Amino acid sequence: MSTTAISLPRLARRNPLAMIGVVLVIVFVAFALFAPWIAPRDPAQINLPDRLLSPNHTHWCGTDELGRDACSRLIYGARISMIVGSCVVLVSLTLGLIVGSIAGYYGGGIDRFVNVVVMNAFLSFPGILLAIAFVAFRGPGIFNLVLALSLGGWVGYARLVRAQVLATREREFVEAARALGASDLRVIVLHILPNIIQPVIVQAAIGMAGAILAEATMSFLGLGVPPPTASWGAMLNDSRAYLFSAPHLVLFPAATVMLAVLSFNFIGDALRDLLDPRSRIEAGL
Amino acid sequence: MARYFLTRIFYTLPAVWLVVSLVFLLIHLVPGDPILQMLGESVPAADLQATRHAYGLDLPLSQQYLNYWKGVVHGNLGLSLRYNQSVSKLLMQRYPYTLKLTLAALLVAVLLSIPAGVRSARRRNDWDDRTISVVSLFGLSFPNFALGPILILLFSIKMGWLPVSGSGSFANLVLPAITMGSALAAILTRMVRTSMLEEMNQDYVRTARAKGLSEGAVVYRHALRNAMIPVITVLGLQFGALLAGAIVTEKIFSWPGIGRLTIDAISNRDYYVVQGCILAIGLTYVAVNFMTDLVYSILNPRIRQ
Repeated sequence: MSTTAISLPRLARRNPLAMIGVVLVIVFVAFALFAPWIAPRDPAQINLPDRLLSPNHTHWCGTDELGRDACSRLIYGARISMIVGSCVVLVSLTLGLIVGSIAGYYGGGIDRFVNVVVMNAFLSFPGILLAIAFVAFRGPGIFNLVLALSLGGWVGYARLVRAQVLATREREFVEAARALGASDLRVIVLHILPNIIQPVIVQAAIGMAGAILAEATMSFLGLGVPPPTASWGAMLNDSRAYLFSAPHLVLFPAATVMLAVLSFNFIGDALRDLLDPRSRIEAGL
Repeated sequence: MARYFLTRIFYTLPAVWLVVSLVFLLIHLVPGDPILQMLGESVPAADLQATRHAYGLDLPLSQQYLNYWKGVVHGNLGLSLRYNQSVSKLLMQRYPYTLKLTLAALLVAVLLSIPAGVRSARRRNDWDDRTISVVSLFGLSFPNFALGPILILLFSIKMGWLPVSGSGSFANLVLPAITMGSALAAILTRMVRTSMLEEMNQDYVRTARAKGLSEGAVVYRHALRNAMIPVITVLGLQFGALLAGAIVTEKIFSWPGIGRLTIDAISNRDYYVVQGCILAIGLTYVAVNFMTDLVYSILNPRIRQ
């Protein structure tokens, strides 16, 4: 096992930005889990007489073009971002672990096929374009969105896992496990994976930031979760028409997306620095 | 060099095949009948059948695949139902706008990131290094679909300096290029910094200093030139993301490029136009990666071996 363990107090001492990231993530997860209790109003409740109100003591972030409470919509929007983000990371990570482990462990023809043909096929398009193309033809919805974003997302994990497995499979403890008669599955799952999981966790933290950003981008383009479900990207798109009269409707969702993405980037950066002394030296920490 | 060039072409051909094949399959991802989706439920069955026949969708899949390849080679990508024009013609009209915007965004990214990255590396651990690092992390996290409207709010609505949308003049290009280039600028700044830090510790830099060269000459004429080699690779890889990002930026600024055409075509279910746009962006991405490989081999001759 690697000697560098991930510990939160250590992370906080070394890198206060990471601690800010952890706190923000806790806030966003709480928003997602307890939105009905935290949100001051029903996010779908239309109230036309109160449309396009500026932030005030009743509506902290103002109201949108249909008089819906923007603050409640932002809180509920965390649900879509967190659900889509974590599902995309989970699906991509699982696929990446399976494909990367098989390619790296068995090597030879299987590795060449996976590395040259399959991975290159998915890398021949920018990830977000692949997602846009998939949803454009399959239609919007949360399931299609997760699938679309995972299509381009798994390759990064598979490449990382493949490289790590290639480096680990020749080590003594793996050979010892094989000599004791352990099956390939047992060697991969119980002996190799626990030893390569730390860089994969770093990739997952950074991947979560990317997935949240991608979900918001898709929603902004009208390819996310259909209305009236609140999502940050769709809120931004809807409010563009009122940029002059109600700029707060752009500013609040923009700041929320940025904070959500930034929080996972802070955590990912800090974990990478913690696990890779070289990057820590480069960063001057 | 010629041999390396041929080898790279050999490696690029499968990518071209994959892009064309995946784009061909897109139309078959549509749930149900794509022609019915395009024309609507109320269309008579005879018209439906005639359109299906005109697009060759009544042929076996292998024949459709061959026909699609023939179309790609001859520049025939079908007909847009909404514009009643050939998809290739639409792409030819819109492509130069997207290319212009993407290159402008690339220029913005390079002009911002190189001085920032070099300064950050030279003042390592200083307050400006830390400021640049934090600002670049913010730039990386700030979505361009949020930055665009905020720039419009500041520079078009509040100050009135630049137009909100359109494509007629240089002024029209400024805000979309900044919107599109800012995230890349953030990535490149981090990359230039790391690369410069590595180069500044090399022996040849010490030799250059020992020769009595000025710090500016050591940094810009010696270290930066070598530091740019990995940066150019990242630049090539990010060009594709930039092209895909054009879809968002063109929507915000009503820029008449391929990105806006894609979004309009998606909302109109003009599937053949969407297919054509994705193909154009995908093939550009492959071509840019190919060119990046060549530029990389010119800058770093060791790679050719």
